[in-house]
Amino acid sequence: MTTRPSGDRPAKPDARERRPGELTAREFARWIWRQISSMRTALILLLVLALAAIPGSVIPQQGVDSLAVTRWKDQHPKLTPLYEHLDLFSVYSSPWFSAIYLLLTISLVGCIVPRLFVYLRALRAQPPAAPRHLTRLPVHASYRTDLSPDEVLDRARKVLGRRHRLRLATTGDDAVSAERGYLREAGNLVFHLSVLIVLAGFAVGGLWGYQGGVILVQGSTFSNNLTQYDDFKPGGLFTQQQMKDFRFSVDDFRVDWLKKGPRAGQARKFEADLSYKVGQSEAKDYTLKVNHPLNVDGTEVFLIGHGYAPVITVRDGKGDIVATGPTVFLPQDATFLSFGVVKAPAAKPGQIGLEGLFYPTFEMVDGDPVTVFGDDLFPTLSLLAYTGDLGLDDGRSQSVYVLDKSKATPVEGEDGKPFRLDLQVGDTVELPDGLGTVTFDRVDPWIRVQISQTPGKGVALVGVVLALIGLCMSLFLRPRRVWVRAVAVDAAGTGPDTDDADAGDTMDGTGGTRVEVAVLDRSGNGETDEILARLLAQLQEAPK
Amino acid sequence: MSNTAWETLSNQAVAMAGLVYFIALLVHLAEWAALRQPAGELVAAGVGDGSGKGLETVASQPPRPASETGERIAFLGRLGFLLTIVACAVHFVALLGRGMAADPNRVPWGNMYEFTVSGTFVVTLLYVVLHKRFGLGWMGPIVVGFVLTVLMVAVIWLHDEVAPLTEALNSPWLVIHVVSAVIATGTFTLGGIASLMYLVRMRAERRAAAGERELSGWIARTPDLPALDRLAYRVHAFAFPVWTFAVLITGPIWAHEAWSRYWNWDPKEVWAFITWVVYAGYLHARATAGWKGRKAAQLALVGVATLWFNFIGINYFSTTSQHSYAVEQFIDAPPAAVQLPNLLLSEPGHDEFGS
Ligand code: HEM
Repeated sequence: MTTRPSGDRPAKPDARERRPGELTAREFARWIWRQISSMRTALILLLVLALAAIPGSVIPQQGVDSLAVTRWKDQHPKLTPLYEHLDLFSVYSSPWFSAIYLLLTISLVGCIVPRLFVYLRALRAQPPAAPRHLTRLPVHASYRTDLSPDEVLDRARKVLGRRHRLRLATTGDDAVSAERGYLREAGNLVFHLSVLIVLAGFAVGGLWGYQGGVILVQGSTFSNNLTQYDDFKPGGLFTQQQMKDFRFSVDDFRVDWLKKGPRAGQARKFEADLSYKVGQSEAKDYTLKVNHPLNVDGTEVFLIGHGYAPVITVRDGKGDIVATGPTVFLPQDATFLSFGVVKAPAAKPGQIGLEGLFYPTFEMVDGDPVTVFGDDLFPTLSLLAYTGDLGLDDGRSQSVYVLDKSKATPVEGEDGKPFRLDLQVGDTVELPDGLGTVTFDRVDPWIRVQISQTPGKGVALVGVVLALIGLCMSLFLRPRRVWVRAVAVDAAGTGPDTDDADAGDTMDGTGGTRVEVAVLDRSGNGETDEILARLLAQLQEAPK
Repeated sequence: MSNTAWETLSNQAVAMAGLVYFIALLVHLAEWAALRQPAGELVAAGVGDGSGKGLETVASQPPRPASETGERIAFLGRLGFLLTIVACAVHFVALLGRGMAADPNRVPWGNMYEFTVSGTFVVTLLYVVLHKRFGLGWMGPIVVGFVLTVLMVAVIWLHDEVAPLTEALNSPWLVIHVVSAVIATGTFTLGGIASLMYLVRMRAERRAAAGERELSGWIARTPDLPALDRLAYRVHAFAFPVWTFAVLITGPIWAHEAWSRYWNWDPKEVWAFITWVVYAGYLHARATAGWKGRKAAQLALVGVATLWFNFIGINYFSTTSQHSYAVEQFIDAPPAAVQLPNLLLSEPGHDEFGS
């Protein structure tokens, strides 16, 4: 440490001049480390973490609700670039949020690892010898007894020995030292280290996990490969080899609609009957329900939504079927009023596009078409037709839920207004201008499933459970030290601490033993008075 | 009894409990008013001696009245407590009624109204149970006032008819998760009251010291600062692991089963996490020089604020929460519609029919 600035020794003339307070790189590093691993830093980082988490609960988040993000961006064109710059739409994966918890993690390691070694050393150490003046400790008591000092100390060893670690007796001891509650610090260490385990589990899930969603119409089959998903969010290190080889079909889907009561119209008991096959094995059945995901070999399938897929058949002007089958309509709100699109680019003489609404239980209320119930009791389609170029011929990919109308024209009726098709099941409507016909055959339900792999979730769970155990140990165990000193009082009354006011009561008797007891609570929260009282009672009890 | 009868009973019981809480509040306020009589009439009423001895000192020394005023104060205190017990029992009937009114019968935790009625019940119950052990007599008016206020908010703004649970709530985890969350909420609230009193008393002591007078009135009946700090710590130390269990163990397990992701940074989750972090901060503060005492108590109050904001406020702030019980839902928010921009562009097999 020759480089340390020292006031008492003149700096060597050839040494670079150092201003007071200047540190070497090494000292600076040490100082930084001490700051980072200090309790105060931990505390401040915790509060900063809490603050930093707030924006993500107010601003819509890409990972939680991407539609809300899009809507928000449309409404705030000025703020959007700034917000994007600050990662405010993905707070929890942003560099600044990560920086905070990484710092906290470093701080935690810096704090806990040294404490771990201190603790291991303390585990092997004996309880410290009794201080000279027990009566100067905040919680103490003394009394006189006719037992001899040795008898008192023996008894103290027996009483304390049950739940304390005792300092090894050496000849000439006039006191017993006892300590308990070593596990509190162990709990504290376990808790903090478990936080790391949880973070690790969380990170593994984020890196190697994936979530994908797909809408499946009743009767259809899904096989687990990337091309079959509607949306797919892989973790950073995800590889396709992780995907398990399985497939399943949706054989049936049932919903129980509440017909009366305050929640009439609400649906319950969503059940989808699946049959699934892993690899080449036998097909098995599973009833997929909310809160009851299907676990296939570590990949889980969740039921998270449902809706209607009207089966619509379009015939072109020549009578050829140009589009048929169930069309997924997306619910717009809780009434299951749904929106959907049908495209028939191969139709002759002109392409046919249909776009419109599906009403599960249609009714005219005050002249407005509405759906009065989510169940498909009176399913009705109301569509507008388009013809011309649907934009499908140039090979660009297009969402199946959006009709590209930029080059298409609305089909008009004889009155010159856009031609609207209102269809109930079984109806067929003829399009004007000999374009063809549209038939509404039936309605099939669809379900939306989320399929995900979440590796590391077991690790995270073990981590939090360990953390909870450590936490309870740390919060509820009360480490303390107890000392009992017994000294024979000779006729002159020279016990220990005769300077102490408490010693007064030893003066009026001669002989016997003066016993002093002190309790030191090391957590700062114990009920020391109560403990002292109990201990005194045990010590003074007639020996059994 | 029919379901409607149970529901009516529940509504009446809430009103009744509110009324009894109100009377209890009046009685406690009368007690406080009596305490404000000239200090000379009362012998220092069971206040800790500042030596930092246990709470038990406080508990085991009820105010020792020097005069009839003292007797009256003691009587009012007991009466107020008795009324609180009665209110607590009626409050329980209200919850029971909610559960029995549903078809099928269920735990009364289906919507915000029910959560709030349960949360306040736990506050009262804990106060009643811990009253003797921790000498909580001084807390009476605050607890009763708080519970009454929140119950009124619940009845006026949050009331909702009894209805079956939405499907996602229909899980055994509902019971475990919500029970622990509600218990932790009630306990944190009590701890917050203790921390609040710590700050109030600290100020009163400083003022009294500046004016060179003794503490007087009801504030003199609260435990001394070290005892308040210890009480607050004990209560928080109980609540924190329960909260950890609720929001970091059972919550994620359930979220995983119902929504496929155990942690999704949904606003409700974010605020539960914030609350957790703030209370972790409180526990750290108590062990950090310079943060002990006043700053720790202030952190505890921040904790309660985030807790109740999350309990009630966030539902009105953010519409995207999957936890927004107030909104009618099918399974959760219309997921297909929500995912619309994400939905992938035409993939073979999902694309056009017939082509
Ligand atoms: C992820 C961040 C952290 C969380 C959630 C956290 C949480 C907690 C909690 C809940 C306690 C109370 C349990 C007890 O009293 O033993 C505690 C105590 C403690 N924490 Fe942390 N902590 C974190 C980071 C840190 C860091 C970075 C340090 C080091 C600077 C640290 C040092 C301590 C110490 C020394 C105690 C014991 C205090 C005592 O003796 O009462 N913690 N922590």
